[in-house]
Amino acid sequence: MIILLAILTPFLAATFIPALYKRFPSRHIGWFVMLVPLALFILLASFVPSIAGGAKYTYEFKWIDSAGINITTYLDGLSMIFGLLITGVGSLVILYSIYYLSERESLGRFYVYLLMFMGAMLGVVFSDNLMVLYVFWELTSISSFFLIAFWYHRKQSRYGAKKSLLITVSGGVAMLAGFLILHALTGSFSIREITSTIGQYTDDKLFVYAMILVLIGAFTKSAQFPFHIWLPDAMEAPTPVSAYLHSATMVKAGIYLVARCTPLFGGEALWFYLVSGVGLFTLFWGALNAVRQTDLKALLAYSTISQLGLIMSLLGIGSAALQEIGQVNTFIFTGAAFAGLFHLINHSTFKGALFMVVGIVDHELGTRDIRRLGGLIAFMPLTFTISVIGSFSMAGLPPFNGFLSKELFFESVANLIDSNVFSIGAWGTVFPVIAWVASVFTFIYCMIIVFKTFMGKPKSERIDQGAHEPPLGMHIAPLILSALVLGIFFFPNLVGSYLLKPAMASIYPMFEGVEGLVPHISVWHGFKLPLLMTIGVVVLGTVLYLTLPRWKWVFSLGPMRWNLDALYNGILMKSEKTSHLVTSKYMTGHLRDYFAYIFLFFIIVIGGGLYWIGGFPFDFSDDAPITLNEYIIVASMAIAAIFILFAKSRTTAILLNGVLGYSIAILFVVLRAPDLALTQIVVETVTTVLFLVCFYFLPDWKKETASKPTKFINALIAILVGTIVTVFALVVQGNPLFDSISVYFEDAYNLANGLNIVNTILGDFRAFDTMLEVVVLFIAGIGVFTLIKLKSGKGEKDIED
Amino acid sequence: MKINDVILRTVTRIVVFIILTFGVELFLSGHNEPGGGFIGGLVLSSAFVLLYLVHDLEWVQKGIPFDFKKIAALGVLLAVGSGIGSVLFGGNFLEQATGVFTLPVFGETSLYSVSIFEAGVALTVVGVVVTIILSISEDV
Repeated sequence: MIILLAILTPFLAATFIPALYKRFPSRHIGWFVMLVPLALFILLASFVPSIAGGAKYTYEFKWIDSAGINITTYLDGLSMIFGLLITGVGSLVILYSIYYLSERESLGRFYVYLLMFMGAMLGVVFSDNLMVLYVFWELTSISSFFLIAFWYHRKQSRYGAKKSLLITVSGGVAMLAGFLILHALTGSFSIREITSTIGQYTDDKLFVYAMILVLIGAFTKSAQFPFHIWLPDAMEAPTPVSAYLHSATMVKAGIYLVARCTPLFGGEALWFYLVSGVGLFTLFWGALNAVRQTDLKALLAYSTISQLGLIMSLLGIGSAALQEIGQVNTFIFTGAAFAGLFHLINHSTFKGALFMVVGIVDHELGTRDIRRLGGLIAFMPLTFTISVIGSFSMAGLPPFNGFLSKELFFESVANLIDSNVFSIGAWGTVFPVIAWVASVFTFIYCMIIVFKTFMGKPKSERIDQGAHEPPLGMHIAPLILSALVLGIFFFPNLVGSYLLKPAMASIYPMFEGVEGLVPHISVWHGFKLPLLMTIGVVVLGTVLYLTLPRWKWVFSLGPMRWNLDALYNGILMKSEKTSHLVTSKYMTGHLRDYFAYIFLFFIIVIGGGLYWIGGFPFDFSDDAPITLNEYIIVASMAIAAIFILFAKSRTTAILLNGVLGYSIAILFVVLRAPDLALTQIVVETVTTVLFLVCFYFLPDWKKETASKPTKFINALIAILVGTIVTVFALVVQGNPLFDSISVYFEDAYNLANGLNIVNTILGDFRAFDTMLEVVVLFIAGIGVFTLIKLKSGKGEKDIED
Repeated sequence: MKINDVILRTVTRIVVFIILTFGVELFLSGHNEPGGGFIGGLVLSSAFVLLYLVHDLEWVQKGIPFDFKKIAALGVLLAVGSGIGSVLFGGNFLEQATGVFTLPVFGETSLYSVSIFEAGVALTVVGVVVTIILSISEDV
């Protein structure tokens, strides 16, 4: 219950922001916003000891029980790590943003989006139900879209926002398909239930598709190759957003999903190769591309891509443990997943700090281009210190936490060499080699961040004149993060036993409590391969960094110029063009043509269907006899309908239409349906008035100018539609396919305490329909209003808001 | 749209109240007899539409100073809120309750929580219908 409230709190808080912001339009609103994640962080942290002791908290809130969709919250070790990251980094980012954003920005909007994201992200990690998870998943994409486009007047922001939305939502839809397949296989939406029963379905043909589709969702969200192209463009967002969504939390949702699904799919060779292979290549590709960036934020974006690839590949290697259950090297692989989770935490600390440092530089100097920076150490010593801590940790140097997880990473990939898991053979050697090369590049770009920004001579006059430290408040958040970077290095096993141990138990439920699942993290473990690899990285990295100008030509080589962005833009342009071409072919602008399309479709599908089934078994035996006054009413209706065709003015036509409507009402009376008659009369009255009001604005009615053949075809369509509707109604009437459900409604008084059956249906049995209809009606009304008002009031200013 | 018709005006003044009363009556009796939120709302809105037709907009707006868009929004809020309300009392979404109470003037009366839902429907219908007709006819 508490967890469900934790998910809802940010949303609730978000609804108060606009009202609050109206009364206090200052940056101090951020303090109120910060209370939310801070309180949630403390709340979650209070669960840490019991979770570490192996406890799990579930709470089920029935939502759509009949479809198996219930809001089930599930707090275990894995979701705990993410929950702490979301709320912890969230508090720091909001604290940072209070000083970062100017008062002139529309802060209310910013914090509403941010809180919306926070709630959605908590929803993703705490949901056990796949459908609910999916909804929150897409909600994070949507709020990310809003946040990237926060400065929507800039073209690049809009482009980046659209790109990220397109890619992540398409991935999300693929993931939804995967979830639906899982549901079709196992009959459940609950991750825990699926996990316990999936064993019997792994041979199913659909299982592989489910796996691939879910992975596409995870890869798009976590910016894995080749879907990584949205992340650099997402850097158009304000820096606090980049630090929060695009490095610490949202992009890790994919990693969360992979970790969560490891008990489901792990142990399959395809899963192992896809996750670890894609992750490893992303690690390499991201690091390589980061080196050539000149914009600090773009550099950090590529480095995030690369680091996410690292974590992803570790989880991939870790999944092999499920293949080798009970064998000696099982714990070699679980160690990889352990390293992945450890690095996940570390990455959030050092990358968050680095983003904030870049934000400070950008904020104070108005640029983050390394070609125009340099020599800042004299002006911003504190900022420099933080950036050194962050960068060196990312590069994998002691005494920072990145060193520990990097060593574990090297150990895991090195273990692959002789493991021969999934008959990997000689390919096992490729893994450590790529990992090592990628780490060299990682080292290089980390050095670029520190030395190109802070060392050397100032390259622009602005630095000489105006550079100084930002307000102290801006330093608090990155300082806390860099303190964590150091703290985790000195006390890694605190993190290990309190956070990582329960999380490992959620990834490997079958090994829970087994000795050796949670390795002891030690700073010094002798001159083994990992340490030698690190030393190699440092040596080669330093050499390459110093000789960077001499080998920069590498980036102009063929493969480096392959541009996925161009592909993306090309596809977008092409599809836009094609759809425009197709649309303009049939969208003539004449209502008559559109009616013709609709009716033709109707004739082909319904008429064709009737014809195909064959036979029109009318059955009039149950019908009541038709009385004389019914004949008269129907005849007058027919006459009115026919006369509409020959009406000379709109008013005549609409009055004749009214005759039709009121006759139907009388027919209802005769057939003893007072409700319907009443409704029909009122509706008829109101629509007639509406028509008359509309006619006031229409031009004079002109004679039809259509040619003879067109008229003939139209008449044919009209007659066919009429015939089919009549035939269809008669066929349905005479041949009930299902048992009547009216028995259910006859019991209405007992079930719903109402004598008016129609209303018990509307307000009780089918209340959900009615509610949604009301909402639709409201939307339609607002639609009409805005259509008319926006058109007439174009010059007014307040339209935008 | 300006029609200067004395007879219509005079008749309207009386008839509007009859229609309004009828609308409320329909709404209230909906549970056991013909009527209900939708029809009640429609009848009420037809009364408002009649007023707008006979008199000009400013005249009516002085008498009924409501923003009908907000009324529609309030209706939607009520309809959805009554669903959430039942959840707060531990029931399913949109589950309704009923009970017999003894009230001072009406004596023994059955009250239905579904009436709140129906009121939401009625308000939405009134708000939307009047908004649509007003925004079209205002656009001169």
